[in-house]
Amino acid sequence: MSAPVSNTLAVLNARLLDPASDYDGPGSVLVEDGRITEVIHGGGAVARAGVTVIDADGLCLSPGLIDIRVRTGEPGAEPKETLKSASLSAAAGGVTTIVIQPDTDPALDDPAMIEFIQRRGAALGLVNVRVAGAATKARDGVRMAEIGLMDEAGALYFTDVDRVIANTRTLQRVMTYAAAFNALISCRPADPWLSEGAVATSGELATRLGLASAPAIAERIQLERDLALVEQTGARYLVDQISTEDALETLARARARGLEVAASVSINHLCFNEIDIGDYRTFYRLDPPLRPESDRQALIEAVRDGLIDVITSAHAPAPAEDKRRPFAEAAPGAIGLETLLAAALSLHHEDGLDLLDVMRPLTSGPAGLLGLDAGVLKAGAPADLVLFDVGAPVVIDADTLKSKSKNSPFDGRRLQGKVVCTFVAGRRVFEA
Amino acid sequence: MSQPPHSEASLTDLILERLAPFPRDHFLSASDLNAATAPALLDLADAFVDFNRGSTKALDLMRGRTVMNLFFENSTRTSSSFEIAAKRLGADVVNMSPRTSSVAKGETLIDTAVTLNAMKPDVLVVRHGASGAAALLSQKVECAVVNAGDGRHEHPTQALLDLLSLRRAFGDVGGLTVAICGDIAHSRVARSNVSMLSMMGARVRLIGPPTLVPGDADRWGCEVFHDMREGLRGCDVVMMLRLQLERMEGALVPSTREYFRFWGLDREKLAWANPGAKVMHPGPMNRGVEIDSEVADDLTVSLIQDQVEMGVAARMAVLAALSARLDGDAA
Repeated sequence: MSAPVSNTLAVLNARLLDPASDYDGPGSVLVEDGRITEVIHGGGAVARAGVTVIDADGLCLSPGLIDIRVRTGEPGAEPKETLKSASLSAAAGGVTTIVIQPDTDPALDDPAMIEFIQRRGAALGLVNVRVAGAATKARDGVRMAEIGLMDEAGALYFTDVDRVIANTRTLQRVMTYAAAFNALISCRPADPWLSEGAVATSGELATRLGLASAPAIAERIQLERDLALVEQTGARYLVDQISTEDALETLARARARGLEVAASVSINHLCFNEIDIGDYRTFYRLDPPLRPESDRQALIEAVRDGLIDVITSAHAPAPAEDKRRPFAEAAPGAIGLETLLAAALSLHHEDGLDLLDVMRPLTSGPAGLLGLDAGVLKAGAPADLVLFDVGAPVVIDADTLKSKSKNSPFDGRRLQGKVVCTFVAGRRVFEA
Repeated sequence: MSQPPHSEASLTDLILERLAPFPRDHFLSASDLNAATAPALLDLADAFVDFNRGSTKALDLMRGRTVMNLFFENSTRTSSSFEIAAKRLGADVVNMSPRTSSVAKGETLIDTAVTLNAMKPDVLVVRHGASGAAALLSQKVECAVVNAGDGRHEHPTQALLDLLSLRRAFGDVGGLTVAICGDIAHSRVARSNVSMLSMMGARVRLIGPPTLVPGDADRWGCEVFHDMREGLRGCDVVMMLRLQLERMEGALVPSTREYFRFWGLDREKLAWANPGAKVMHPGPMNRGVEIDSEVADDLTVSLIQDQVEMGVAARMAVLAALSARLDGDAA
């Protein structure tokens, strides 16, 4: 299926998946000048003469995935991942928009840095590269960062990433100030004192393995604190990587009270539990740490019923030397851009979720949260699309992944779901 | 609003004609005046403005009276303004600043007041870092107390001189829409102005980042805006407040450049207000932080220099009126 590069095309005879309109059925999508011009349900669509035609032959066509939490090493640690290698990974994984995290060196805490990343990302001509700005300067948790200027420069939300803003007054001021720009603040829900030095979840496994651990309740405690501040300040808030059943209950109660709070979950917490740590396998050294199976099940339920708005890969590249260490000393994190779709599809194949319920937190969910016009199959939306074979078996081989780092917890796993083609603004950026 | 030149004698007559005792024992807050007594005091201040522009700037109204400036907080601007005002009225002036006084040795505010009181001054002009300090003092001394700024609470003579400047620029203050912009939460100038301007029938808006505008400021009867463009629409007056640079340590606002971008007054933002809108600032200005030099120095829009001139006249009016009240008490 080779064709010249163009941004005008017709994808016919696909199985359309559009969570925004709740449509899962046959259809076609027409694209012109980088935008979707028409979405046709059912069969019988015909392309204009001279337009590149792709016969999807029943393959799934959905909006390209939007991954809101992607870490790279640019600037400061380029050997582990650059914007280019991350973009290539994303394209190969059907991810058409990535939101870069500010925990670089120097941090992305001023408008010049935001513009730099956006420019460099755009120059690659691959996927949409957007940015989250730091909430505090140098992520020090003390001095508020230039949220207004960064917002103006295009930052989509503000976070100190893995660092918790421990000082309640500082967080309260950040939230109060951010409200002037209707800016979204994202925080890791982890009580800093309970979590200090923890590499696992308190319980039988951590005890048996002799790993420093934090109780699961450390997540709920911090979340409740943050939500109280949200209530007081009226800030827009995103829970970064919720991972415990306890915290999900807190979230549900807050929503029931009318608090507008969004939550993301890492694909790793949906696919793995703490048992996967096994023999101190450092690809399962994650932050937040892997939890017991009961938490994983609760997270899957939360995705099913929409309590969780966003699934992210939490892409966190770590070079081999940072992982080849004793468990507690290994760098936390896993790459995930290229495997995100197939891993998410396991929720459909193995856990029985509807395809639309799986795709929603990967497409329209994050798009709605961040105010992006992508993530939907609708006339006028950007033609960011992924064509994939929902049932094709794949065996993940970390060495063949396009990321510069190979720390994938899916290495060697069998999954179902293969990206055939990825389009960004109607241009083909990946073909299997 | 210029008046025909008066002869020195007729200026003095005008002053005496308009002089009336101050309505209260002390001038602690804007609410010590009302919609009747404020205009009368302004009329007196107007006469002092013309008087100050003459060649003989000396009157006998307060001859033999002692005015004590008790400034616990640094301020050359305000203390000089009071000192000049008192001296032009013929009073004796004593300046006290706590660094050089016994307060530095740990004497309490009240002890200082009681000690000074024993020296029988007529008027105590007080500036202190704690809200309520002037009121506390007024309960412990027998003289008249003028609040020259207490913590974040009030700065009534500033509001009076602002009102005077506005009245001279616009005629009638009632019906004007005035935007006060900046660090409202920590500003005694804002509080006194909100009170006095509302009293005189002006509509007051507060503009600033949410961290500097108290959440319940709308209970002061003002509309609160965080978007300056929205807030300035329809405004006749833009009153900028000084941003204390301590706020800049990323604590309440991230940086001076971000503050200036969204809430600093420059030509572009001034255009969002009504044509002919005037600009005010109590001073001292942080140029490039809350206000652009270009706007601040443009005499066609800026009343800032007028404000300083009005300051002396307004304070003369207050002191003279308080003195008249003391004369009345003695009689």
